[in-house]
Amino acid sequence: MAYPYTHEKEVRLLSRGWGDPAARTLAGARAMGGYEGLAKALELGREKVIEEVKASGLRGRGGAGFPTGMKWSFMPKEKRGPHYLCCNADESEPGTFKDRELLRWTPHQLIEGCLIAAYAIQAEHAYLYCRGEFFEANQVLARAVAEAYEAGLAGEKILGSGITIDLTVHQGAGAYICGEETALMNSLEGRRGLPRVKPPFPAAAGLFNRPTTINNVETLCAVPHIIKNGGAWYRQWGSEKSPGTKLFCVSGHVVRPGNYELPLGFPLQELIYDVCGGFREGRRLKAVIPGGSSVPIMSEAECLDCSLDYEGVAAKGSMLGCASVIVMDDSTNIVKQVRRMVDFYAHESCGQCTPCREGTTWLSRILVRIETGRGTEEDLQTLLDLGKQMTGTTICVLSDSAAAPVASSIQKFRDDYLALIRQGEAVGAA
Amino acid sequence: MDAPKPQAVTLTIDEREVTVPKGTTILRAAESIGIEIPRYCYHPGLSSPAQCRICLVEVVGAPKLAASCVTEAMEGQQVRTQSEPALEMRRGVLEFYLANHPLDCPICDQSGECKLQDYVHAEGREHGRSREPKRVFGRDDFGGDVLFYGDRCVMCTRCVRFMNEMAQDPRLAVVERGNRSIIDTFFDEGVEGSPYSGNIVDICPVGALVSKDFLHKARAWDLEHTPSVCPNCSQGCNIEIHTRDNLVQRLKPRDNPEVNQYWMCDYGRARYEWLNRGDRIEAPLIRTGERDARAAASWEEAIRAAAAELGGAEGPVRAVASAFVSNEALVALATLVEALGGGEIVFRSPRTVGEIPLPGFEKLARREDLAPNREGAEALGMKRVGTNDATGGLESLAAHAGKLVVLGDELEDAGPEFGAEAAAYLYLGSYPTEGAGRAKVVLPITTFAEEEGSFTNHARIVQRYEPALQAPGMARPAATVLEALRAALGTPAGALAGRRGS
Repeated sequence: MAYPYTHEKEVRLLSRGWGDPAARTLAGARAMGGYEGLAKALELGREKVIEEVKASGLRGRGGAGFPTGMKWSFMPKEKRGPHYLCCNADESEPGTFKDRELLRWTPHQLIEGCLIAAYAIQAEHAYLYCRGEFFEANQVLARAVAEAYEAGLAGEKILGSGITIDLTVHQGAGAYICGEETALMNSLEGRRGLPRVKPPFPAAAGLFNRPTTINNVETLCAVPHIIKNGGAWYRQWGSEKSPGTKLFCVSGHVVRPGNYELPLGFPLQELIYDVCGGFREGRRLKAVIPGGSSVPIMSEAECLDCSLDYEGVAAKGSMLGCASVIVMDDSTNIVKQVRRMVDFYAHESCGQCTPCREGTTWLSRILVRIETGRGTEEDLQTLLDLGKQMTGTTICVLSDSAAAPVASSIQKFRDDYLALIRQGEAVGAA
Repeated sequence: MDAPKPQAVTLTIDEREVTVPKGTTILRAAESIGIEIPRYCYHPGLSSPAQCRICLVEVVGAPKLAASCVTEAMEGQQVRTQSEPALEMRRGVLEFYLANHPLDCPICDQSGECKLQDYVHAEGREHGRSREPKRVFGRDDFGGDVLFYGDRCVMCTRCVRFMNEMAQDPRLAVVERGNRSIIDTFFDEGVEGSPYSGNIVDICPVGALVSKDFLHKARAWDLEHTPSVCPNCSQGCNIEIHTRDNLVQRLKPRDNPEVNQYWMCDYGRARYEWLNRGDRIEAPLIRTGERDARAAASWEEAIRAAAAELGGAEGPVRAVASAFVSNEALVALATLVEALGGGEIVFRSPRTVGEIPLPGFEKLARREDLAPNREGAEALGMKRVGTNDATGGLESLAAHAGKLVVLGDELEDAGPEFGAEAAAYLYLGSYPTEGAGRAKVVLPITTFAEEEGSFTNHARIVQRYEPALQAPGMARPAATVLEALRAALGTPAGALAGRRGS
C-alpha cells in the first residue's frame, strides 16, 4: 500500500520513498540512487553546481519562491572565514505538512541536498534547524546524520575528497517565528527568536555574522535530483517561470486530504476534484487558501481556472506560498476560520514590532466579537484599516500574513460577516 | 586603484537639502536640520532594533516606508516625513499603542514627559477605535529605585538594551511573546545593586519605568530644569537639576559625549537631599560675647568686621577649603590668602575605594574622589589632608595661632574648640556647625545649586553650572563674598596672578 493517498497523476520525485521504512536508511536511500548527486557535484565543481541549479529554474519552496541558484550565487566568491548553510526545517504554518514528511521518510535525500548546497556555497558546516515538535522526524534525521558520518558522506573528506562538511541537527523550541530566516539564525545562536532588520542580508552577514544561505527542506531535497539528472531534465515539469514538481499539502473538506507531488502549473480544480476526490456528498466548494494560511483566500470563482504555479496563483490575487492548499466547502463559517488563523498569528507573533504585536491580537478580538454576534459594520472597515497598517510596516511578514486572510475574506465573503453582524447567528456549521 | 568613497551624502528631507556624513541614518540627518521624527525604540546611545515602527518615513521611489532609524541616508534621496502615507502609518502605529495602553495620564508620573502623549497629541487620531477591554499586566518592583508599570510599557526595549549594552549586566529581558510580551527580571532583586540602573527610568519614553523616589512627587510641567554638574564625585556628570518650590526634586543626566554621554550613576542621582536642608546659615553673624553669642548683621557690617578681624591680627594665615565649592570660590580664597601674606590652604574630600565604570562607556565611572572639585583645588596648589571619609588632618589648624579662614568645610569632626587659639578666625559656610563656634565672623554662602560657577573634573575639564535654587536668606556665592572681603582689606585683585595656572 502506498503512502496514505497517492494518485496516478503524481510525479513522485521527492516523495518517492514515502511510506517505505527502508527509505529512511542509508542502504535504502542508496538503492534509490541516493548520494549519486553528491558524487557528481564534487566532480562538477562549485561553479557548475550553481549553474546547474540556476538552469533548473528551481525556486525556493519555503514560500517566497526566490530562485535558488541565484540565492547561492549571492554568497561571497572569496572566502575570508566560515560560510554556513542553514536548512529551514521549522515548518509550522497552519495547513503545511510537507517538510515533516520529507524529514520522516527521506532524511538522506535532505542530507544529500544539504551537502551539495554547502559544497556549492563553500560552507563547511550545515545546520538543520528542525522543529522541536517533530519528535519522530528529529530522531529519524539524527539517525540518518549518524549513518552519513559513518559512511564518510559527512564530516571530514566527504566521499574521499578534500572537502569537509559537518552537519548539526538543531531542535527548535516550537516558535513559528523561528521559521523566518533571520529569527532562525538568532535562535541558532542561542538568542531570542526575533527577526533581524535587513540589510544586512544573510549572504553578507548571517549566522554568527558570517555569510549564510538558508534553504527550505523541500528546496534542498530537489537539489540532488537536479544535479544528478541536470537542470534541463528538471524543467520537463512545470512552466517556464515555475519549473519542476511541487509537494502540495491539501487539507480541509476534501475526501482525500494529504501530500501530493505534482508538476507546478497543475490545475487547482483537478487537484481538488480528481486527485483529492472532491467533497462530501451534497457539498460544494466555497473557498480555497492556496498557499498556507498566510496568503489571501480565493473564492470559488477564482478557483475555476487557476493553475497552481507562482504566476497562476498570483494572477488570481493570491500566492502559491508553500503550496499548502486549504480547501473549504460551503459548510464553512469563513469568519470563524479566519479568526482561528488570526489567533494563530497573534499567538506566534514575536512581539517585536508594534503593528504585529498589537494588531494581530486586536484583529482576533474584533473577529471574536463579530463571530459571537456582537460586531458592527464599522468593525469591517476597522479590520481593513488595521490590516492595511499591518502590511509592509514590520521587520518580517508575519504581520502581513495575519492581515491577508482578513482583508481578502472581507472582500470576498462580506456576506458571511454581515450575516453574523446583522442577525447575530452563525453561518455554516464549521 | 579604486576612487575614494565619498565621505558625505546630500539628500532632501521635506524639501530641505541636507549634507551629512556617509553612514548617517535618515533620522539623524533629519534631526540635524531640526526635523524630529517620532521614535520610541531608537536612542542615540543604544543599538537600533527598528521595532517600534513609528519612525517610518516615505523615501521617494522605495516600495515601502522606511524605518528612518536604521535606513542610511543616500545621495540624492528624497525623504518625506510629513507625506500622507508616512502620517497615516504613524497614526496607525499610535492607534495600535493605544489599543492596550491605559490612559492613566492623570496619575502617571510621566505625564507631561510622555512620548506617547506627545505624539498622539501631535499626530494621532481624534478617537481610538478599540472597543475591547485593555490588557492588564499590573506593576512590578524592579528593585533599586525602579518601579515597573507593565500596562504602560510600549515594548521599546530601551531598558533591556541599556542593561545589556551599556551596563553589561543583563538583568532585564522580554519574556513571553506577541501581545503577551512583557519586560521582566531574572532575579528576585531585579536591578537592585546595579550601579547605573536609574538610567532605565530616564530612557523610558513613557511611564512604564518610574523612580520610586520621585513617585507622585511632582508633575513634569511643574519642574524647572537647570543645567548643572553632578557634585557627587569627580566625574562631573552633566546633569539637569529639576526643582519645584525651591526644592530639588530629582537629578537627571544631561548629554555630554565627552564626559557622561547620556548617563549618570545611581550614587550621584540619589544624593541631592542635602541641597534641600533647611538648617542653613541665613545671615552674616558677628560674635558679640566670649562664645556662641552672635548677632546677625548686614553684609556691609559683616564684611567690615571680617576685614577688621583679619587685617588687625598678627601671625601667618592658614586656610581650609572644601573640594565641594566652585573654582571661582577657590580662586577668591587663594587670592585672599595671598593678599594676607600667603599661607598654606588645605582641603579635605571624601574618597572611596575603587571606581565603578559604566562598561558600555568607560569614560564614565563613579570616581574614587567623591568631591566634584578636587582637581580644581589641587590646580591652585591646595593640599589634600585627612582621611578618606573627609575627617582629620586639621589638628595643626585647630591650634593655629595666626589668621584662620575656613571655606565650605562643615568641620563635622573639629569640635567646638576649633580655632580657639587663632588671632583671627573667619568661617564661610552654608550650614551651622560646632566648628565655627570660635569664629569671630560667620558668613553665609550659597551651595553650588544656588550659584553660577564651575568645577574641574577628574580629567581636568572645567564645566560650568547655573543656579537652580534661590539662596536662603542673605547667603551669597563664596566668590563674591571673598572678593568683597579682599576689596575691604584694600588689596589689589591681581595678587594671585603669579599662582594662577600653576
